[in-house]
Amino acid sequence: MSDAVNRSTLTHLQRLEAEAIHIMREVVAEANNPVMLYSVGKDSAVMLHLARLAFYPSPPPFPLLHVDTTWKFREMYKLRNRMATESGMELLVYQNPEAAARGINPFDHGALHTDMWKTEGLKQALDKWDFDAAFGGARRDEEKSRAKERIFSFRTASHGWDPKNQRPELWNLYNARKAKGESIRVFPISNWTELDIWQYIHLNAIPIVPLYFADERPTVERDGMLLMVDDDRFPLLPGEEPVMRSIRFRTLGCYPLTGAVESTARTLPEVIQETLLTTTSERQGRAIDKDSGGAGMEIKKQQGYF
Amino acid sequence: MTDLIAKADPVYVTDALIADDIDAYLDSHQHKTMLRFITCGSVDDGKSTLIGRLLYDSKMIFEDQLAALESDSRRVGTQGQEIDFALLVDGLAAEREQGITIDVAYRFFNTEKRKFIVADCPGHEQYTRNMITGASTADLAVILVDARKGVLVQTRRHSYLTHLIGIRNIVLAVNKMDLVGYDQGAYEAIVRDYTEFARSIGIERFTALPISGFKGDNITTRSANTAWYRGPTLIEHLETVEVNTARDIDKPFRLPVQWVNRPNLDFRGFSGLIAAGTVKPGDAVRVLPSGKTSTVSRIVTMDGDLEGAVAGQSVTVCLADEIDCSRGDVIASADAPPQAANQFESTLVWLSDEALIPGRAYWLKLATQTVSATVQSPKYAVNVNTLEHVAVKTLDLNAIGVVELTTDKRLVFEPYVDDRTLGGYILIDKITNATVAAGMLHFSLRRAQNVHWQALDVSRDAHAALKGQKASVLWFTGLSGSGKSTIANLVEKKLHAMGKHTFLLDGDNVRHGLNKDLGFTEADRIENIRRVGEVARLMTDAGLIVLTAFISPFRAEREMVRKLLPEGEFVEVFIDTPLEEAERRDVKGLYKKARAGQLRNFTGIDSPYEAPLSPEIRVDTTRESPEDAAERIVDRILGHWMPTI
Repeated sequence: MSDAVNRSTLTHLQRLEAEAIHIMREVVAEANNPVMLYSVGKDSAVMLHLARLAFYPSPPPFPLLHVDTTWKFREMYKLRNRMATESGMELLVYQNPEAAARGINPFDHGALHTDMWKTEGLKQALDKWDFDAAFGGARRDEEKSRAKERIFSFRTASHGWDPKNQRPELWNLYNARKAKGESIRVFPISNWTELDIWQYIHLNAIPIVPLYFADERPTVERDGMLLMVDDDRFPLLPGEEPVMRSIRFRTLGCYPLTGAVESTARTLPEVIQETLLTTTSERQGRAIDKDSGGAGMEIKKQQGYF
Repeated sequence: MTDLIAKADPVYVTDALIADDIDAYLDSHQHKTMLRFITCGSVDDGKSTLIGRLLYDSKMIFEDQLAALESDSRRVGTQGQEIDFALLVDGLAAEREQGITIDVAYRFFNTEKRKFIVADCPGHEQYTRNMITGASTADLAVILVDARKGVLVQTRRHSYLTHLIGIRNIVLAVNKMDLVGYDQGAYEAIVRDYTEFARSIGIERFTALPISGFKGDNITTRSANTAWYRGPTLIEHLETVEVNTARDIDKPFRLPVQWVNRPNLDFRGFSGLIAAGTVKPGDAVRVLPSGKTSTVSRIVTMDGDLEGAVAGQSVTVCLADEIDCSRGDVIASADAPPQAANQFESTLVWLSDEALIPGRAYWLKLATQTVSATVQSPKYAVNVNTLEHVAVKTLDLNAIGVVELTTDKRLVFEPYVDDRTLGGYILIDKITNATVAAGMLHFSLRRAQNVHWQALDVSRDAHAALKGQKASVLWFTGLSGSGKSTIANLVEKKLHAMGKHTFLLDGDNVRHGLNKDLGFTEADRIENIRRVGEVARLMTDAGLIVLTAFISPFRAEREMVRKLLPEGEFVEVFIDTPLEEAERRDVKGLYKKARAGQLRNFTGIDSPYEAPLSPEIRVDTTRESPEDAAERIVDRILGHWMPTI
């Protein structure tokens, strides 16, 4: 292969970036009312960056939607508000009123917490604003059933996903046609891996929540998980005392459900280094996947979880 | 777990730099290229095992996943007490239970040189569509053959499909070499067999490798068990083979426009993914299908303008001139533009449980163009096992055929062999919105030039002139019981009384004779309308005013008839009676039967009615009597067409 060809061969990150931008533009061209799900995590950070690239010099022609559980880390709320301002996009925040009224929380209600705040909250938000296409940051390398999900993932009017009845997706041709009431979840970074995400954040200096970097934080250890005591809603057990540990997070969700790892990685390259040398997968810190044996995520998705 | 690692071959070390010098590692990773490939083979050839092996050897399996894998292997594994790598890959619960791969699963791993995306494609013939799907984005295909079994029917089918979808890098991986004692003779016999077959279907070259996915031979390191083999390991080959985007760069520039970026009056950019070639400011371009020319003025990004861009990049370009250009248009190099046409020969792979209906209109999406297309009866289908051509009337799920198709607008295209983006398309059912087929264009047909109509001495105008009228078709459409026949009859009586030559076609006189071979399936209903349309057209050639009264629920079929006739001769009369009203009247008692489930596919009940979007005449029967409506229709058509009699 000549040097000229070598130079013009796109790197994997360039190809992934081009693919994601292409997907976002297809949705904007074909959907009536798209929205970008924004969870404030690192994948959301990359998604938001890609959206800004895709439509520059226009601002991305859709709002950001944060389905809030009221239990996210405080640092997440801070970055969320800052990024909405910087991108010039409208930020919609939705909290399931029923979950709020019933005081659903991760300490007392376990799986019901995720179901009501996230799964139900998301469905209610999509219905409320009549969104017919929602961008999500799921990646195929995260979990087994996601490895088989389409980039344009079709949902029935009741938000259900039928893994056996997915539309074939050939080349880069996406069929965005649907009947009234039906919607599409779109995953522009399906083909990215955790390493790609980190590398892309590093290369483009994309702002992320500081919790991804190690720092001394108050923690307690429960059921083998290191939990951060982020505010005074955290009910301590008798004799339990928060201990300062140098920790960071590989994924961010509701703070009482998200396990930290002990770490001294304070820079992105150090975080990436730890990620590559680690022996457990990214979602291991999440309690959600362990429900219902091996098919936990697949069942949640059929019920409408992102 | 320790047991497994002891058994495994030395692990493929991704990069020692990760621990020693992370910045240097990141720099190298940043410059990696990407290869997408598929693995195919029959169920027992060891595809999933091979992928599991690749993930494991490149450290893409974590401890928690491995622990889950171990417990799964003991519970549902097919490898006894040993690790069943296939369980890593077979994602969906149904698949894990049945022990087969149904859908395409995408997996990711890295080596020092490349990032890989591998699509694990199911092997059974009933999953041909899944394999085509996985193959459509691949740069390379690994075709697995069991060393004990050699080239099988499945091997041939997979090779044919791989070649059909245009994958030029083919790897023949002769797997399970451990089970034939790493015998060179067995390997070479299979390669010989395959060479002969590959040539017969036009595969010019391929790379053969003796491997064992289960034991790890020649996957990442050269195996001592196959000292007679001098070629690369599988990973070495995957790391060096040329990817598609590299090849696309040398072709003429093609940018299908996805979206017009217009934040304010001073900026107008055209966004899209470059399908082929390169572009830089100053390049002369032509916008297809209009053919207008301009030059590229800027390539705009958030990080500043680019000096150039290549195939595979998503860009926004600005043109020097204010010319019409919108989604679906293709910006191409001015001196080598693609063609535009509306009749094609094409290969079609049918992906839906519902068979192709020849003559029906589907949405066709090619690059960023969406048009209405009809497919003629297939010229032939290909038996994917024997590769014989078979005469067929339709294409069922997984069938592959060669067809002619017509689009309602000109498509900017390239033959699929030259350009996957401008030659590959999908067909979408207009009612269910399902993706029903994938197609690959061969070339355009210029049928109009090839078929010369017999010039008639007595022309259609002459026929009509003799009768002192202008021929036309009054197409009454509406729900069952809406009043179509009643009003059409009144209109005909009035026209007849005025000395006009008319004829009324309705269910009674057509279904009993001309169309008595047709039932009420969707295909038959479409054929019914097609024949009525053709008969109506012949009658207009004879100078008649034709009235038709059919429910004709589908827009596509009505449009089909409209297109048979000269502009202005098709008059759509929409008898607009709400379903509740028609059902309340229920003149023939059909609604009652349909509600009781005794009648299937009844329009308005369990089959849709697509109301005309802009009918020439609309009659609201809840506000206008049949007599008044008929009067208005007669006035309208005679007044409009024959102001002076």
